[in-house]
Parts: sequence; structure tokens; C-alpha cells
Amino acid sequence: MNLNALWAYANPKKFIQTTDKVLPWVSVLAVVSLIVGLVWGFFFTPDDYRQGSTVKIIYLHVPSALMAINVWLMMLVTSLIWIVRRHHVSALAARAAAPIGAVMTLIALATGAIWGQPMWGTWWAWDPRLTSFLILFLFYLGYMALWEAIDNDDTAADLTSILCLVGSVFALLSRYAVNFWNQGLHQGASLSLDKEENVADVFWYPLLVCIAGFVLLFIALVLLRTRTEIRARRMRALLARERMG
Amino acid sequence: MIALLIRDLRLAMRAGGGFGLGLAFFLIVVTLVPFAVGPQSDLLARIASGILWLGALLSCLLSLDRILALDWEDGSLDLLATAPLPMEAIVTIKALAHWLTTGLPLVLAAPVFGLLLSLPAPGYMPLIVSLLLGTPALSVIGTFGAALTVGLKRGGLLLSLLVLPLYVPILIFGAEMARRGVDGLDYTTPLLMLAGITCGTIALLPFASAAVLKVNLR
Repeated sequence: MNLNALWAYANPKKFIQTTDKVLPWVSVLAVVSLIVGLVWGFFFTPDDYRQGSTVKIIYLHVPSALMAINVWLMMLVTSLIWIVRRHHVSALAARAAAPIGAVMTLIALATGAIWGQPMWGTWWAWDPRLTSFLILFLFYLGYMALWEAIDNDDTAADLTSILCLVGSVFALLSRYAVNFWNQGLHQGASLSLDKEENVADVFWYPLLVCIAGFVLLFIALVLLRTRTEIRARRMRALLARERMG
Repeated sequence: MIALLIRDLRLAMRAGGGFGLGLAFFLIVVTLVPFAVGPQSDLLARIASGILWLGALLSCLLSLDRILALDWEDGSLDLLATAPLPMEAIVTIKALAHWLTTGLPLVLAAPVFGLLLSLPAPGYMPLIVSLLLGTPALSVIGTFGAALTVGLKRGGLLLSLLVLPLYVPILIFGAEMARRGVDGLDYTTPLLMLAGITCGTIALLPFASAAVLKVNLR
């Protein structure tokens, strides 16, 4: 498939038609892999020899944290597409993704706190990773608030896209600034593909399924919310036309 | 450009421009802190640099919506947009005027307020330098936020929500530099980082502010 074929989906009608077929599959796959991954992770993996059963929260914590960052990246890409090529579906997808990203950030923070209480002895520490997630959450809040505040759809799309670009730069800056500001309590990466010391395979496979489940869930929700937005906009247009006529 | 700068400065200085309000707010914050945490001078000395940075940041935030709102209401922003001056230059001038009327007085007042909070002697120089380096970036980022929210009826609270997360890196490096100065440590690294962020912000952000303002004036 060449890249030009991708732009066909910028047509809302084509987008709705295609997602009509794709959405049920993605939703079912998301539910199945979430159930399989979580049940496998919670009930069919051994307890860690030091952390006991608390280790099992990684099946929620890691995928949600991963999504929290990648949703923002996806918003950055769709914002860029909106600025450069002005495809409405792209802007709507960014708008649809933001609340999901915010919830993912919140899940990551909450599960982290629940795990941190027995393990670190504290709900919250001003650790670089925790802090940058809190800042990321604030960025999500600001982004969503700006969408809500502006009446004109195109203006809102333009302004939020630029905010997303500027915000990305500053979010990245903050990430490294907090690293400098305080030493970490959070463990380093243990899921890298190229490192020797990774999580053991017994935990790794169910975790992979969970990550896949979260990704699919996100795709399903974004498609659903984008479709809703497109239809809501169409409805508004129809109502406006009726009032005119 | 210079005419615009002088006009903005004059407007800010005259009654109703809000000049000095930021400074008064800064003073109030500094006055309230000892009531909140207690008057022990060793405790105040430890948190003084952080309080001064936070106070400066908040008083800067307070005056952000004035950068563009008044010109937006009376239509002079539309006139400026049709002027031969590029929009990037206009927002840069606006940010500069904001810094001269808000940021610079804060920097100059900071040592006096440092006395009130019994800031240790070695802390003064780094505090002033860090504020001098950091406040221009605060003004430039603030202009971006003001440009984003200029068309909104009640943009004030939204403006804070949008701008404060963007202030995080500057606050971190600025306050870190002041803190290291108080402790007598070497503060070259945060100094360089702060200077770098400020330069980058001043160089790049006006383009974003101008783009946003053009959208809002459409």
C-alpha cells in the first residue's frame, strides 16, 4: 500500500464506511485480548519472590503508561496532518484521543500509587517519572479545555494543533528537566528489546497480550469517538440547513 | 516597531494599565508566606528562593491576559495585523513590553523581598541572575497563551491552565539555580540550561504565537 492510498480515509464518508467493517473486529479483539491477558496475568503467573502478588499490577500499569505517552504522540501526528493537509477527520481523531490519553495517564498514576504504597511505603514520591506523568496529565487537561472553550470548529482545531506542537516540545523539556531536578525512585526500563536484564518470560507473555489489548482498546475507542464526532457535526449541519430552509 | 513598543509601555504605565499590580501581588505573596509557614528565619531562609521564584511566576501570570485583551477589544489588534509589520514582530514586541513592565520590576524587587524572607547572603546574585534569565521566557510563553485565549470571553482561568505546565522547565532550572546559589554550590549547569531554554523560547515561540493570533483574527 502506498502512502497516497492512506489519504482516502480523510474523506469522512469513506472513513465511516471502512470503520463500519473494522470497528466490530477491533472491539472484539480488544475485549478478548484484555480478558486473556488479565486473567492469565492475575491467576496463572507465579508471585514474585520479593514483591509477592503486588507485582501483578504491572498488567494494568505498564500498558496504560505506554498508552499515555503514545496517545499524545498520535495526537501530535494527527495535529501535524491537520495543520499541513487540513483533513477534518485528522483533527477530530486528535480531539477524540485526548480524553482517552488523559484517562490512561490517570490509570497509570493510580495503579502506580496503589503499588507504591506497600512497596515504597508511600503513595506518592516526587520521582522524575511520576512527576512527568503528572505534568503530562496537566497538558491533557489544558488541551481538552481549549477544545471545549472555542465555539468555531476550525479555529479550535487550529489552535489545539498548535498547542499540541508547542506542548510536545515543552513536555519533552519537562521530562528531562525533572530528571535533573530529583533523583528517581522508580525502576529503570525492564522491557527493552535489546537488553539482557528484562522481565522474566512468565510475566512477559501475558504482559504483551495486555499491551496489545490496551492498544486495540484505544483504537476501538478512537474510531468510535471519531465516528460520533463526524455524525454529530453532520447532524448540526443538517439542523442548520433545516432552520435556514 | 519602536513606536509600538513605546505605545505599549505608555499604556501600561498610565492608570488602568495595571503597571505595578504584579509587583504589589508579589509583595502580598511574600507577606503571606510567613503567616502560612511561621516566622522562624531558618525555615524561611531555606524556602526563600523557591517562594521568590513562585511569587514572580504567579505575578507574571496575573498580568498575561492584559497583553492582548485590551488591543483585541478596541480593535487595534486588527489594525496592527494589517500594518506592514509581520505578526511575529508584533507578538515579540508585545512580549518585550510585558517583560519590561512586569518581569523587570520583579527582578529588581526580588532582592528587597529576599531580605523580608531572610534569604542567605550568597543567594542574592544567583537569584537575580536566574530571574533575569527566566522572566523573559515567562513573558514570551505568556504571550503565546494570551494569543491562544484572546478570543474567549472568560479566558483567564483557561490561560493559567494552558500556560502553567509550559512554565515547568523554566521554574525547575531557575529555582534550582537559586537554590544551589543559597547552598553555595556550583550553579553553572542550571544557569546554562535556563539560558538555553530562554533563548530557544524567544527564538521559536513567537512564530507559534503569531500563527495562533492569525487564526484568532481570521
